[in-house]
Amino acid sequence: MSMGEGQNRRGRQGGKVPLGWNNPRVRSFVYQAAVLGTVIALVWFFTATAQENLSRLNISSGFGFLDTTAGFGIIQTLIPYTEQSSYGRAFLVGLLNTLVVAVIGIVLSVMLGFLIGVMRLSRNWLVAKIAAGYVEIMRNIPLLLHLFFWYFAVLRPLPGPAESLSPLPGVFLNNRGLILPEPVFGPASTAFFVAIAIALVGSVFLIRWARKQQVETGQLFPAWRVSAAMLILLPGLAWLVTGAPFELSFAEHAEFDFAGGMRLLPEFVALVLGLTLYTAGFIAEIVRAGILSVSKGQREAAAALGLKDSTVLRLVVIPQALRLIIPPLTSQILNLTKNSSLAVAIAYPDLVAVFAGTVLNQTGQAIEVIALTMAVYLTLSLITSLLMNWYNARVALKER
Amino acid sequence: MGMEDITGRPAPRSKRLTPLVWAQRNLFSSVSNTILTLVSAYLLWLTIPPVLDFTIFSAVWTGTTREACLAPGAGMCWPFIWANIDQFIYGRYPPEEIWRVNLTFALGAAVIIPMLIPGLPARRLNLVFLLIVYPLVAIVLLAGDRPGLRPVPTSEWGGLLVTLVVAVTGIVASLPLGVLLALGRRSNMPAIRMLCIIFIEFWRGVPLITVLFMASVMLPLFLPEGMNPDNLLRVLVGVALFSSAYMAEVIRGGLQAIPAGQYEAARALGLTYWQAMGQVVLPQALRHVIPGIVNTFIGLFKDTTLVLIVGIFDLLGQVRAQLSDPNWTLPQGALTGYIFAALVFWAFCFGMSRYSTFMERRLDTTRER
Amino acid sequence: MKNPAVALVIGILIGVGGLYFFLPYDPLARVERPAASTATAEDGERAVAGDTLRRVRQRGFIQCGVSQGLPGFSSPDERGRWSGIDADFCRALSGAIFGNPNQVRFRPLSAKDRFTALQSGEIDILSRNTTWTMSRDTQLGFNFVGVTYYDGQSFMVRKAAGIETTADLAGATICTETGTTTELNLADYFRGRRLSYRVLSFEKNDEAIVAYDRGRCDAYTTDASGLYAMRLKLADPDANAILSEIISKEPLGPAVRQGDPQWEDIARWTLNALLEAEELGITSENLDEMLESDNPRMKRLLGREGAYGSTVGLNNDWAANAIRAVGNYGEMFERNVGKNTPLGIARGQNALWTEGGLQYAAPVR
Repeated sequence: MSMGEGQNRRGRQGGKVPLGWNNPRVRSFVYQAAVLGTVIALVWFFTATAQENLSRLNISSGFGFLDTTAGFGIIQTLIPYTEQSSYGRAFLVGLLNTLVVAVIGIVLSVMLGFLIGVMRLSRNWLVAKIAAGYVEIMRNIPLLLHLFFWYFAVLRPLPGPAESLSPLPGVFLNNRGLILPEPVFGPASTAFFVAIAIALVGSVFLIRWARKQQVETGQLFPAWRVSAAMLILLPGLAWLVTGAPFELSFAEHAEFDFAGGMRLLPEFVALVLGLTLYTAGFIAEIVRAGILSVSKGQREAAAALGLKDSTVLRLVVIPQALRLIIPPLTSQILNLTKNSSLAVAIAYPDLVAVFAGTVLNQTGQAIEVIALTMAVYLTLSLITSLLMNWYNARVALKER
Repeated sequence: MGMEDITGRPAPRSKRLTPLVWAQRNLFSSVSNTILTLVSAYLLWLTIPPVLDFTIFSAVWTGTTREACLAPGAGMCWPFIWANIDQFIYGRYPPEEIWRVNLTFALGAAVIIPMLIPGLPARRLNLVFLLIVYPLVAIVLLAGDRPGLRPVPTSEWGGLLVTLVVAVTGIVASLPLGVLLALGRRSNMPAIRMLCIIFIEFWRGVPLITVLFMASVMLPLFLPEGMNPDNLLRVLVGVALFSSAYMAEVIRGGLQAIPAGQYEAARALGLTYWQAMGQVVLPQALRHVIPGIVNTFIGLFKDTTLVLIVGIFDLLGQVRAQLSDPNWTLPQGALTGYIFAALVFWAFCFGMSRYSTFMERRLDTTRER
Repeated sequence: MKNPAVALVIGILIGVGGLYFFLPYDPLARVERPAASTATAEDGERAVAGDTLRRVRQRGFIQCGVSQGLPGFSSPDERGRWSGIDADFCRALSGAIFGNPNQVRFRPLSAKDRFTALQSGEIDILSRNTTWTMSRDTQLGFNFVGVTYYDGQSFMVRKAAGIETTADLAGATICTETGTTTELNLADYFRGRRLSYRVLSFEKNDEAIVAYDRGRCDAYTTDASGLYAMRLKLADPDANAILSEIISKEPLGPAVRQGDPQWEDIARWTLNALLEAEELGITSENLDEMLESDNPRMKRLLGREGAYGSTVGLNNDWAANAIRAVGNYGEMFERNVGKNTPLGIARGQNALWTEGGLQYAAPVR
């Protein structure tokens, strides 16, 4: 805080300066009061104007509308929703749709971004050039254009429902989406899920223990392999013991389309594709910069110890690079979450499309709807930042 | 995946670098490398030829009507682009007034290009011109409504014109606002610091599209009756506030890189806060973050496409509008339009990003010197 | 500046430029300045009778909110000239107020921003195929002035799909525009009949129709008139059929802001005058002959008897000017959506009541 210190110091000495315009404390107080006053006056002015406008125009206000029946359908709902549900329920449906796209997009784009970032530094000329070309093309085209293009590109080659492709039995692909069999869970399936949970927790502990063991005694324990076996065997055992607690419900041909099953909408696929390909370009550059920041000596030393290229990357380079990668990666993740709002352009029912689109139009309550939508994104940003800061602090602590 | 030459082995210099040697060294140095090369080549083979075929070899280059592009297997339909090029650049701007747009473009280029070339004199004067005089001249020229210039309502603006207007407004407004916000965020007055933090984090936390919705749907309700700023103006205000928050963070990074001693020394010489900032700290800080600033511009330029969602026809919006023109319904119409729009945006953004890397390198060398 | 002459020249340039810039208007922020301070002092801040008309006169044109392009109702041609019933209604209004049809500026609006645009005063009249519903009339702060087109929602399907009635649509995916009554009617209709369906809601009609054209949906739904208009945008219009069933009532009409009864009256009676003119057989061509007519109804309508125009702040020949601007209602209909246009819509419900339709104008007296 360059200027902060300077003024503070003078402020401390300011005890001798008489209270007046020359006293920095007085001055700073007056400035702040003036700015605060102006802001408060502006806020008051706008609120008063809005209230006056609303009453003059006889527009209803307040959040009471959230309990009103929505009356419109939504094509993708992760929680039960019908036309008789309330606007509040529609809000939740939209929010969940946003979250699903954001989470899947984040996972995929981080994976693709790392892959391309590492590819850019490959010794193989062709691979490096392909990665560089990818980055330059994807980053420099507006996301909205990506979405339009991918929506178009996803829909165009797909046949109508009557001529669906069926790559696997029970799996259908047509321009209404990718239709998969839906698992139906019986009452005994709890045991199966408990088994998965136990296997997961067990693996985590096992891997930690193995790492500690390695640090202390130098002995290698094949923790990954044991965990993998555990993850497969435990749930499998539970499944056999409880006697196949769930089955797959296959989609059936209906008049126009398929009925039942799970489906991935083309809009969803296009949105995830566009978001992933676009954001991966940025992440790749961040990863590249992070890796380049690890000094060459580290890599050479690791190589001198006889480690393989991939091991050097995994154990020496990436852990150090992560410290530089995490902060800009956070902002890319936030960007992706916010950019998922472009779903509205290709009719994927995310929060903005459902709530700031349809609900706003049906109720006409622009102020409440927009404020609520913004609040959601602000909260998401805040949570992501907090999580990433926490992770960042953990990574940074390892510095010795 | 091979990393950079981690072994640090000096490359054998004895052999002359024939293409064969080069290929052996860079493409087929080991089994895994060879496999990688082959897989990559296969990927390229899958993607590049169809793209080239569509955009160049099978493309229809001449013709004036849609019939020219109806041949089976025809690729990109350039006649569609040529026939609508005026719409793509000017939107529905009255044809007899187009010279005003062209003049604005030319003036803008005349101002901006000398700014970009390092080492040219009078850059400060140029900056003042760009930030203050040019916007006013552009408003008068484009909107008219002065003696001798007939008014052109903004609903008739469109295409690349709107894209540039939104982008340039965002850029021009975000610089001074961003500087103020960045200074405010580093101020030692708690009230001002808090306000700036709230402002910056608010705009950075919400998606641009909700800002645009706010500007076009919600903002009018907050203004007194009878004061109805035009839709484009409202959107411009939204974009300016939005981009200034991002700019503030970039500039803050630059301010942090300047050692506190600089400011203290300036104050010790008797300069006031604003003098010290304006003449000592900011010039250094801004120079440090030119690449960051340019990157923000690129982001902003791409984000201008979002205005089409609130009913303003930027380049992409105009392309989509022309796609639904019954005279030009074509099977390859959408691809043609999208590829054209992508080319335009790509050219602008790629140019800017190249400039940013160029400046980065230049700054690096000056720092080392 | 070292050279005083250069400084002088630059100073003068800046001065002149500044003067020019602040000369007559504020081009972007069109803040309406009150005409005379005395008038505003009486009016206070609230919208009162006569406010809108006064502002329109002062400004010199009507701000008319229209669609972003719906052939037959409001759509711009390549030169940006708007045509269609909704656009023509604003021209008629301009005729009634200014005596010529051209003092209108069209502001294209999406389904989403149309209401705010009217509420905030950005436009003076919303003439954008908007359905008159109770909640819009009572909760959104504006009033509908009548019905320019009696419409109803229907479906467009591919002929090859073999769909005859709406009942065949069970399980279909249906494309529509978001934020319209269409979306709600669709839900009501299918729910009422316990039919399943999937709805894909797009921000713009243009996007919905493209998705339908690419086979993403089995049907496209909007008002029947809109279906005819949008069908023209398909790659192969003839391969698509519009179901004859109508599933909703969609009275489309212009709306004005609440709180200015005079402006509302002007809009309402301009529409009535166009209908009355058709009933009386007055067209834009025979208008001058009809001005000489002795028929008392004609005399009242055309301002030769009584002073009906001045009661709403207009000249007494307001109706004659409106008719001269766009013709009577029937002319307006035939020119924009009628049999000889690409849309080819029959008068049907929009015929005058004397011919079995629903269009019935309140008398001018």
